Amino acid sequence: MKTWHLTTPIADDDIKDIRIGDIVYLNGSMTTCRDVAHRRLVEEHRPLPIDVANKAILHAGPIIKANDDGTYEMVAVGPTTSMRMEKFEEDFVKETNVKLIIGKGGMGPGTQAACKKYKALHLVYPAGNAVYAALHVEKIVDAQWKDLGMPETLWSCQVKDFGPLIVSIDTNGDNLFEKNKIEFNKRKEAEIKKIDAQVKFIK
Amino acid sequence: MDTMTYDYTEPVLSPKGQKMRDILADYITVVSHRLPDDVTKKLVELSKIEVDPLQRLIYDTMMENQMLAGKLKRPSCQDTGALQFFIKCGAKFPLLSELNAILKDAVYRATKQAPLRHNAVQTFDEFNTGMNIGDGIPSVFMQIVDDSADIEMYVYMAGGGCTLPGEAKVLMPGEGYEGVVRFVMDRMTSYGINACPPLLVGVGVGTSAETAALNSKLALMRRVDSVSPNKNAAKLEHLLEDGINNIGLGPQGFGGKASVMGVNVINTARHPSAIGVGVSTGCWSHRRGKINFDSDLNYDLPLNEGVEL
Repeated sequence: MKTWHLTTPIADDDIKDIRIGDIVYLNGSMTTCRDVAHRRLVEEHRPLPIDVANKAILHAGPIIKANDDGTYEMVAVGPTTSMRMEKFEEDFVKETNVKLIIGKGGMGPGTQAACKKYKALHLVYPAGNAVYAALHVEKIVDAQWKDLGMPETLWSCQVKDFGPLIVSIDTNGDNLFEKNKIEFNKRKEAEIKKIDAQVKFIK
Repeated sequence: MDTMTYDYTEPVLSPKGQKMRDILADYITVVSHRLPDDVTKKLVELSKIEVDPLQRLIYDTMMENQMLAGKLKRPSCQDTGALQFFIKCGAKFPLLSELNAILKDAVYRATKQAPLRHNAVQTFDEFNTGMNIGDGIPSVFMQIVDDSADIEMYVYMAGGGCTLPGEAKVLMPGEGYEGVVRFVMDRMTSYGINACPPLLVGVGVGTSAETAALNSKLALMRRVDSVSPNKNAAKLEHLLEDGINNIGLGPQGFGGKASVMGVNVINTARHPSAIGVGVSTGCWSHRRGKINFDSDLNYDLPLNEGVEL
């Protein structure tokens, strides 16, 4: 478990030695981007109104406070389930050249392929820690696709030491959650066998 | 682009109804900022049994976050859920006729106050109401239990990444309770990993998809350390808890010694031809509150010692 500090813009070289299970802290630009924004880019072919090339996206829908002077403040932010974006992520990475995809839980073969081919990482922010995360957002610099409502708007953030981010897919296409799942499933079958012998309540 | 809007006018409530609404808005705000006592206690216990640096780092972040949320009075998790109320009401509770309006308006006000995220999207028209209320949100599940004038209610912030995606199925009796076990365990290694473990797992057993599903949700309202009054159901709770812990999901599904805060089973009778089973996975940030009112709106908060509204 190595610890890395990354600053946007991120080059392929900056992340080539980072492996699954490593910890990353991010400085620079991170934009929230989730279900409908992915669908608009991939299915509707609408260009993303915020440039995320060599930067980070966060699968998240934050709580935002709108100030009277037209600026926004981050009240609480944390990742949502990344797997919902799996359907779109390979194309998304290809189209945008995003380097860090931050979310919750694992992702699947499409994202793995994209991380390997286009050199990107999927990372997990420990979910549920929304105040801790919000305090590492220095500023909201832009907000686009506001018609989607508060959770789905693209909120472009300037972040400082945003993390811990645990690498779940690396540029080799290795996938931490998929590896863990094999072990979890093996243990599960053993446990089911033990339990089944004791729940024969219908006789 | 046409922007659709959701029409909502705050209701005209009786003075007593206004009082109840204001108390509830304040309480919903508290629930978003602070975990119930039983959950906090359990998380502290679980944090002590994880020893690896990654697991420790995650638990430390969780503890720090809860401290900050309390101090800064902010929602501890950004997904403040679609609000659900599970209610047991006496037939003589004086505000029964106003109750639905009170609950909806309390959520409307708490959304500004806490603040809560706008989590109500009108289906088919597919727009966010921007108010965190919509058709059927908040969801209200009510039982009239007796002739008293009291009401007890659970307030639950059901998140989109944990318990809203529950699952229910009706098994054939030949599949037996072994089928129930398989259904629950499979859900742990598929969905449970992403549902923010350590989880509180609610298992419902009943006669159909919806009775089992509702039972599984009611099971999440029970304290994490509670035990079913039915001997066999309690045995299943215990077996599942050990079994899921031994899978070793750990915090956030990264592996670890424990997977769950607890497993609660709620069961009702079944038709001879059917065993309904439902699973709801409560995340570690289990924002479930309980408030009991009497007919004069004196209230107590059994899950939040020391909290005053």
